Amino acid sequence: MNWFENGWGLSLIVFLPVIGAAVVLAMPKAKEAAIKWVALIFALVTLALSVVLAVQFDYSAADTYQFGTPIDTPWISAINAHFHIAVDGISLPMVVLAALITVLVIIYSWNHWPEPHNPKLLLAFVLILATGMTGTFVALDLVLFFVFFEVVLLPMYFMIGIWGDTSIRTVPVFGWKMEMRLYASLKFFVFTLFGSAFMLLGFIALYFKSEEFLGYRSFSIVELSDLGAAGVFVGTFGMLVFLGLFLGFAVKVPMWPLHTWLPDAHTAAPTIGSVILAAILLKLGTYGFIRIAIPILPDEALRWAPFIGVLAVIGIIYGSFACLAQTDMKRLIAYSSVGHMGFVMLGIATMTDVGINAAIIGMVAHGLITGLLFFIAGSMSHRYHTRDMRRIGGTMVKMPKMGVLLGFAAMASLGLPALAGFWGEFMALLASFDPNPLIGETSLFRGLMVVGAIGTVLTAGYMLYMLRNVDFGSPSAEFADTPLEDVDTAEWLAWTPLVLLTLAVGIFPGIIFNATNDAVISLVAKAFGG
Amino acid sequence: MNILATIIPQIILATEEGGNTEEAAHAIVPGITSGALVEWAWLIPVVPLVAAFLIVFVGKKSPFKGWLMAELSIGFVAVYGTVLFVLNATQGIVYEGQVEIARIGELTLEWGWMVDGLSIMMYFLVGVVGLLVFTYAKSYMHGDIRFTWFFASFSLFAGGMLVLVASPNMIQLIVGWELVGVASYLLIGHYWEDLTNVDAANTAFMVNKVADAGLFLGVIIMALSVGSFRFNDVIDVVVHGEEGALSQYAFWAGLLIFIGAMGKSAQFPLHVWLPDAMAGPTPVSALMHAATMVTAGVYLLGRLFPFYIDPSGLFGGDVRNIIIVIGGITLFLMGFLAVVQDDIKKVLAYSTVSQLGYMVAAMGAGAYTAGLFHLFTHAFFKALLFLAAGSIIHAVHSNNMVDMGGLRKKMPITFWTFVMGTLALVGIFPFAGFFSKDEILASIRYAGESGQEVANLILFLGIAGAFLTAFYMMRLVALTFFGTYKGHAKPHESPKMMVYPMIGLAFFALTAGWVNIPGVYTGFTTWVATRVPLTGMGDHHSESFDWTLVAITSAVVVTSLVIAWLLYGKDADTQSERDRFRIPGLWPLFQNLYYIPSFYMRAIVRPIMGPMANAVLWFDMHVIDAVVNGVGAGSVAFARVVRATDEDVVDTVYNATAAATGVSGSVLRKAVSGRVQQYAAFSFIGVLVIVVLFIVF
Repeated sequence: MNWFENGWGLSLIVFLPVIGAAVVLAMPKAKEAAIKWVALIFALVTLALSVVLAVQFDYSAADTYQFGTPIDTPWISAINAHFHIAVDGISLPMVVLAALITVLVIIYSWNHWPEPHNPKLLLAFVLILATGMTGTFVALDLVLFFVFFEVVLLPMYFMIGIWGDTSIRTVPVFGWKMEMRLYASLKFFVFTLFGSAFMLLGFIALYFKSEEFLGYRSFSIVELSDLGAAGVFVGTFGMLVFLGLFLGFAVKVPMWPLHTWLPDAHTAAPTIGSVILAAILLKLGTYGFIRIAIPILPDEALRWAPFIGVLAVIGIIYGSFACLAQTDMKRLIAYSSVGHMGFVMLGIATMTDVGINAAIIGMVAHGLITGLLFFIAGSMSHRYHTRDMRRIGGTMVKMPKMGVLLGFAAMASLGLPALAGFWGEFMALLASFDPNPLIGETSLFRGLMVVGAIGTVLTAGYMLYMLRNVDFGSPSAEFADTPLEDVDTAEWLAWTPLVLLTLAVGIFPGIIFNATNDAVISLVAKAFGG
Repeated sequence: MNILATIIPQIILATEEGGNTEEAAHAIVPGITSGALVEWAWLIPVVPLVAAFLIVFVGKKSPFKGWLMAELSIGFVAVYGTVLFVLNATQGIVYEGQVEIARIGELTLEWGWMVDGLSIMMYFLVGVVGLLVFTYAKSYMHGDIRFTWFFASFSLFAGGMLVLVASPNMIQLIVGWELVGVASYLLIGHYWEDLTNVDAANTAFMVNKVADAGLFLGVIIMALSVGSFRFNDVIDVVVHGEEGALSQYAFWAGLLIFIGAMGKSAQFPLHVWLPDAMAGPTPVSALMHAATMVTAGVYLLGRLFPFYIDPSGLFGGDVRNIIIVIGGITLFLMGFLAVVQDDIKKVLAYSTVSQLGYMVAAMGAGAYTAGLFHLFTHAFFKALLFLAAGSIIHAVHSNNMVDMGGLRKKMPITFWTFVMGTLALVGIFPFAGFFSKDEILASIRYAGESGQEVANLILFLGIAGAFLTAFYMMRLVALTFFGTYKGHAKPHESPKMMVYPMIGLAFFALTAGWVNIPGVYTGFTTWVATRVPLTGMGDHHSESFDWTLVAITSAVVVTSLVIAWLLYGKDADTQSERDRFRIPGLWPLFQNLYYIPSFYMRAIVRPIMGPMANAVLWFDMHVIDAVVNGVGAGSVAFARVVRATDEDVVDTVYNATAAATGVSGSVLRKAVSGRVQQYAAFSFIGVLVIVVLFIVF
C-alpha cells in the first residue's frame, strides 16, 4: 500500500471522478444504462478509496498531513506552484463526505432526471464537481486550491442554467423578467467570481510578499502558514489580504450580507444540484477560513473575529426570519442554510479549538442533514409539481414514509440532541462563551452567544412551521385524489446513508471529533501561540 | 477511537464537611458501589429506546402490533427499577458509569448512567407508573388509526426520560431533555389530521425550546466554569466552596438552568403549553403529568441541589429566592384556573401545574426531600386521576363535564379509584398527598423561620393552594360522579385491562406516603440521600409532625371540600349551577389563563411570523439583492480592471475565467433559446478545456 500512502491514493480519489467524466463523455449518448453504471462505478470506487483513506488514517497523528504528495512535487514551475495535496484531520471528514454525496447523488439520479433529459451530460458534470470539491479539500498549494475552487463553479453554473427551474421570475427593483434558472445561474456565477477575484488577489499578494521572508515566492499553504504563525503578514498588507480572502470565502459560505445568490441558486437548481450545493459547496468557504485565512493571517483573523462573529449571528437571526416568511419549501431550506452556516462561522469566529471543532462537525452535519432535506424537497416537488407549502399538506397521509423522513430531517436540522446537527450548534454557542482571549471581545461574544441561542429557538420555529404545513393536516382538495408514490428504491438507497450517518454522528460525535480535535488544537496553537 | 468503555468507578462524594448529627444520620453509607447489577443499569434507558426503533420498523408485524414490545421494555425498566429501589432502601447504592465518546478541545464528552438514590427513585417511578399506563393504553388505544406508531412514540417518551434521569453529565441531560420534548411533540400531535392538535404540539415544543435555550446557556456557563460537564464535578466545587469561575457566574448559570426547568415543569409564566398538551390521547397525559416530562425540571433542581442550597454562599443561593417565588406564584395562580374548567382533563392539567409549583417552591425553600417526596407521591395519584378520567372519557365519549354526571353507580371502580386519587391529591390523612404536602409546607415554614423571609409569604400561598386544590377536586367529583347523567353515550365500566392499572395506582395513592412519616418511619429521606451530601446542606427534615400546620391545613382542606360540595354537590344536575363560581371580572381572567397565551401570541409569535419575517424578506429582495444585482453587473468590468493591472499569473487565470464567462454566457442564452443539447455539449467542451488547461498545464 506504499503507493497509496505517498500521494497516489489521494490523487486517485481526486482525479478518478474526472476520468469518469471523460469516459462518460466518450460513450454514445443513447447508452444511458451503461453511462449510469460507469458513472456510479467511478463514484463508488472513489468512495471506497476515501473510506480506505479514513480507515488507514493515523488518528494519533491527525494534526499531520498524511497520504500526501511530496511538498515539492513540481507542477507549474514558472510560478513555483506545486502539486501538493494531502489530508489531515480537518480535511479528512470533508473528503469522505464529498465522495459519499457524489455517490448518493448518482444513485438518486437513477430514475429522477431533470428536464431536459440528458443523463450523460448531467453525470459528467457531477463527476467533475466531485473532482473540484475533493481537490479543494486536499490542496495545499494556493494555485491548486484556486483551480479546484473554480472548477467547481462551472459545472454548477451549467447545472443550474440548463436543468434549473424554468418559471419566469421578476427581479424586484430592477423589474427584469427572466427565467429563474438563467437569473439564478448568472447570479451564482458572477457573485462567486466576484468573491474569488479578491481571493485570488490575496493569494497573489501573499505570493509576492513571501519572497521577503523565504527568499523565493511561494504559493505553499504549509510554508505560508509557517510564516503566518511567525506573525509576518501584518499591518495594512495583512488587512487587505485578509479582506480579499474574506470576500472570496464569505461569498461561498455564504455570510450575510453576501448570501443572496444562495436562495435563488438553491431554489432554481435541480434536486441534485441543490444537494451538492448545500452539502459540499458551501463548505468550501468555511474550509477556506480554517485552512487558509486563519493559519496564514492569524493576527488579522483575530482582529476581524468580532466582525465575523457579528455577521454570523446576523445571518442566524436573519436567515431564520426569512425562513418564517417563506411559502416555497425549497427556498425555506435554502434560507435555513444561511442560519446554519451562521453557527459554523460563529464557531470559527471564536478562534478557539472548541469553536473550530464545532464548525467542522457543523459543516459535516449540515452536509448530511440539509442534503437530505433538499433530496426530500426535490422528490416532493417532483410529485406535487409545486413547492408551495400552502398547496401541499397532509404528506403524512399521502406519503407516510416521505413524511416521516421529512420530519426526521427537520428535527435533525433544528438541532435535536443525539442527532448530528446538535453538536455544531451547541458547541459553537459554548465556544462563544470563552472566545480566544486574544480577540479581547469576550463580552461581545457572550452577547452573540445569547442571540445565537435565540436563533436556535427561531430555527425550531420555522422547521415546525414547515412540518405543520407540509406534513400534517389533511391533503388539500387539489391532491386529495391524486395517487402519489411513496419513497422509491433509488430514494431509499440514496437517503438511508444520510439518515444513518445523522444518527451515528449524533450519538457518537467522536466519529468526527476523533479526526478533527488534534488537528484543530494544533492549528489553533500554531496560529495563536497555544 | 476510545469509544468502548472507560468505565470510571464511582467516587463517593466527600461528606466530611460539617453538619449537625441529626441530619448526618440520614446520609447512609452505600453498600453497593459495584457489581453487575449497577454496571448493567445502562440497559434501563437503552431498552425502551431500542424498543421504540424496533416498533417503528417491525412493530406492525410483531405480536399485538408493537404493544407487546413496548410493554416488555417498560416492564423490564419496572422490574429493574424495583430491584434497585429495594436494594437501595435496604443497602444503599451509589454507582456511576461513564463511556467517553469524544474529546473536543480540553472537554470530554461522555455517555453514562447514574445509579444513586435520586435516579433510582426515577427509574422506579417511570418503570412502575409507565408499566401501568402502557397496560392501560393497550385497551384505551384499541382500534386507534396509529396504534403501533403510538407505542413507538410512547417508548421513546419513556426512554428519553430515562436517558435524562440516568445522566451523570449535563450534555446527556440535554439529550434526554429534548428527546422527551420531541416525543411529547409526537404524542400531543398524535391526531395530526386536525391542525389544532398540531398547533398544540408546536406550542409545547416551542415553549420548551425557549426554556431549553436558557438551559443550554446555563449548562454552557456552568460546564465551562468547572471545566467539565459532569454534575459531580460541579457539586465537588460547590461542596468545597471553592471561589473561581463558577462562583463568579453562579447566579446566571443557576438562573438560566432554572429557566430550563421552568419550561419542562410548566412553571408560570411558561405553563401555557401543558394544558394544550391535552390534545394527545389520555394515557399520554397520565404519563406526562406523572413520571415523565414535567417532573424533569424538579428532578434537575434535585440533581443540582447542592449548587442551589449553596452552603458556602458563593453559588446559586440567590436563585433560590426566585425559585421559591416562581413556585409559589405557580401553585397559587394555577389553582384558580382549575376551578373554572369544564374539561375534566384540563382541571387535572392545571392541578398538575399547581402541584409542580409546590415541588418547585419546596426546592426553592431548600427542601430537597420534601420536593422529591411530593414528586414521588404525586406521580402515582396524578397518573391514577388521569387514567380514571380517561376511563370516563372512554365511556362517555367526551372530555366535557357537561356531558357527565351521575357516573358513580355506572362506573363504580372508576369512581372509587378516582376518589382515592382525589383524597391523595387534596391531602387527607392517611393518603399519600397528606404526607408529602405537609412535608413541603413544614419545610417552607422552617425556611421562613431560618431566615428566608419570602418563604413566610409562600407558606400562606401554599395553604391557600391547598384550599383551591380541595375546591376544584370536589367540584370535579361532584360534577362527574354525582347528580344525573347528561351525556349521550351509554356509559359502562371500562375493561379489565384499564381497570387493573387504576387499582394498582390507587394502592400507591394510599400507601406511597407511608415511606416518610415524620417520627415514625423516614426511609424515603435516606433513600434519595445516598448521593447528595445533605450533610451541612441545610435540607430540613422534620423529625416529627408540625402539628399546628397539620391542623390548619387539614381544617382548610375540609372546609374547602364542604364549601365545594355545598356549591356543586346538592343539585349538580342543573347547568346553571356551574356558573356559580363565575365571578364577574375574574372568571374571564381565569378562563383566558390570565391572558398570557394571547399576550404571547400578540406580542411575540404574530409579530415575528408576520411583520418581522416579512420585513426581513422584503429587505433581502429589495435592498440587499438590489445592491447585489448592481454589483454583479459591474463585476465583470471589475475583473478586467484587475486583469489589466496584474502580472502574468493573473493573466493566465483571468484569461481563462473571462473566456469561460463569455463562452458560457452566450451558450446559456442559446441553450435557453431551445437547442439545449447541442449547446450544452458545446459548453462542456469549454469546461473541459479549462480543466485540462489547469490540471495538465
